[in-house]
Amino acid sequence: MFELIFFSLLNGIVTGLLLFMLASGLTLIFSMMGVLNFAHASFYMLGAYVAYTISMYLGFWVGLIVAPILVGLMGAVVERYGLRYVHRWGHVAELIFTFGLAFLIEEVVQFIWGKDTKAYHEPEILQFPLFTFFGQNFPAYKAFMLLVSIGIFIMLLLILTRSRVGLIIQAAIHKPNMTAMLGHNVPLVFMGVFGVGCALAGLAGVIAGPALGTFPGMAVVLGSIVFVIVVVGGLGSLTGAFVASLLIGLLQTFAIALDYSVNDLLQLFNISFDADSAFRDLWTLSLPQIAPILPYLLLVLILIFRPTGLFGNRET
Amino acid sequence: MKLKSKILIGAAFAALSAFTAQAADTIKIAFIDPLSGPFAATGTNGYNQYQFAADVLVNQKGGVLGGQMFEVVGFDNKISPKESLVQLKRAIGEGIHFVVQGNSSGVAHALTDAIKKNNERNPEQRVLFMNYSAVDPALTNEDCNFWHFRFDANADIKMSALTDAIAAREDIKKVYIIGQDYSFGKAVAAAAVKFLGEKRPDIEIVGNELHPIGKVKDFTPYATKIRASEAGAVITGNWGADMVGLAKAIGDAGIDAPVYTYYAANDGITKTIGAAGKDKIRLVHEGRVNPPPTDEYKAYHMAFKERYPDSDISQFRIANVISMLAMAMEQAGSTDVVAVAKQLEGMEYTTMQGDKVYMRAEDHQLIQPVYISVHTDENVVLDADNSGYGLVTETTVSAEDAAIPPLGCKMERPS
Repeated sequence: MFELIFFSLLNGIVTGLLLFMLASGLTLIFSMMGVLNFAHASFYMLGAYVAYTISMYLGFWVGLIVAPILVGLMGAVVERYGLRYVHRWGHVAELIFTFGLAFLIEEVVQFIWGKDTKAYHEPEILQFPLFTFFGQNFPAYKAFMLLVSIGIFIMLLLILTRSRVGLIIQAAIHKPNMTAMLGHNVPLVFMGVFGVGCALAGLAGVIAGPALGTFPGMAVVLGSIVFVIVVVGGLGSLTGAFVASLLIGLLQTFAIALDYSVNDLLQLFNISFDADSAFRDLWTLSLPQIAPILPYLLLVLILIFRPTGLFGNRET
Repeated sequence: MKLKSKILIGAAFAALSAFTAQAADTIKIAFIDPLSGPFAATGTNGYNQYQFAADVLVNQKGGVLGGQMFEVVGFDNKISPKESLVQLKRAIGEGIHFVVQGNSSGVAHALTDAIKKNNERNPEQRVLFMNYSAVDPALTNEDCNFWHFRFDANADIKMSALTDAIAAREDIKKVYIIGQDYSFGKAVAAAAVKFLGEKRPDIEIVGNELHPIGKVKDFTPYATKIRASEAGAVITGNWGADMVGLAKAIGDAGIDAPVYTYYAANDGITKTIGAAGKDKIRLVHEGRVNPPPTDEYKAYHMAFKERYPDSDISQFRIANVISMLAMAMEQAGSTDVVAVAKQLEGMEYTTMQGDKVYMRAEDHQLIQPVYISVHTDENVVLDADNSGYGLVTETTVSAEDAAIPPLGCKMERPS
């Protein structure tokens, strides 16, 4: 049991930090521009595919640096020539624009790279078990993912709270008009934040591609969960996104690891049902089976009881 | 004027194509499988293998019945049962009497049902259905009919062979079953529990888990659970990205237990699993690859690779479909569907790989040896996905041992 908890804890943190890299960009974009960027996870997928292509010619490490930059540039272009143009018709148009973009990117990826899973592997020097505990390996690559994510978190936190750029971004989030009046180029800030957000998503894709698989469905399996994090953490709150990411990561991992069903819970109270009961399917439902819906359950509860999110100060 | 000339050209083309269709003395075989959409890669690979088999095994040897050639025509069903019926109608409309299909048992059920009805209503447009991959046991049990022949080993036969292999290993005391949460995943789990209970009651099933299909982003938590359960073997019916993810997570966690699978090879999967699954992943299948059973097969495989460098012979049974169909036509002396079907019933045939197989007359299930092979890069002569990795056969379950008696097949034969 201890083994299960120890590894679930580690896995949960790795998953959570990976989610954070996606959520941090999304929450900044969302709070600043009011646009729920449906295509955010698609940039994550683009990151993985671009890095895969680069890694075939120049190796993993070049891909790690170049792919996020390329994806960030693509994001900036999308903001400058797409979103900004669509913006004049309001938020709904922007929403639909990103929604369409998500489909477009998925189709284009399939068109260029095909539909099968790509053999995108970890670099050789990270292909060893870092430690073995109770006979189970913890791959060095997972530790590398952990380090990169933590590094990004610290860097973002420092930039946003300690630098002049961060100050302007914070100002633009809360009072965009006032910031523009003070002579700052708010559209440029928007473009920059959108680009950096996409670059972060791309970076997440680069490091997740070898571990979780590089395939056309990779954006879809992660896309919706990132929105949950943004709402649960609170709009525009980096700390909130960080805590919510870890929370969701751990929640999902532990729900799979622990085999409890409603039946077990009821038995604690000495209630039992016969096997022919009409609700039999409900009682035998186990935690691993409902694991995928738990984050959405959390989302609904948060919206009802704390609409600002855990750390937010604005109504969603 | 413009419109008129367009119509004229159209009419000319129609006349021309009708003429060529009549002029060429070919026997057409309709290939109804996905050629677009998410399963296009698998479908297209199957189509290539049919084209190649028809070309090499029949046409280059002078055809059948004194020079009639085989022509495999692709019909894209987008893996939808509804679309398949539309394509079947099209094929019948084009005067095709032989249909092959394999991907998805759902499609196979729709086709076998529609073909049965068609053959009763339109005796002059009868169709023969050769199922080369859909493994739902029901197709040759309660839902069997005279017009359906299955060339792959069905899911129960494969599970029986697989559990034979597990039962023979005394060191395996605990088994973990994991699968996708839908009909096939559940069928695999049920069959595994049933057969293991009969063959090795001492084996403990330490996990019987279903996960959402196509929605799991990281299989590491499942791998952790498998490791914590101290399972000595894992059984899974997973395919596609779910198979790759599971294999990678198990490899990364360093779990030292055999993983018995149905679909963990070819079409990009072998390459993606790579070193992570070496000596762990095992596949239950028909048709050996390594070591190449015969020189003839090796030459056939190499020739296929030469024509389609990015594909592999992933479904050897396709060659059996084409060869046995040609043989049945020769023996029947015609291409009449009933006569050919009667020849196929009970046909004994020695495959290119030297296996003796026969088409059981009671339920039209091909009885053949089943192999259990391991994913490795050692002693691999014919690799998959050009990756250096491939399948090396470990265990052979003979045709007699693999055969499960037919269950509840009542077949009406045309008089």
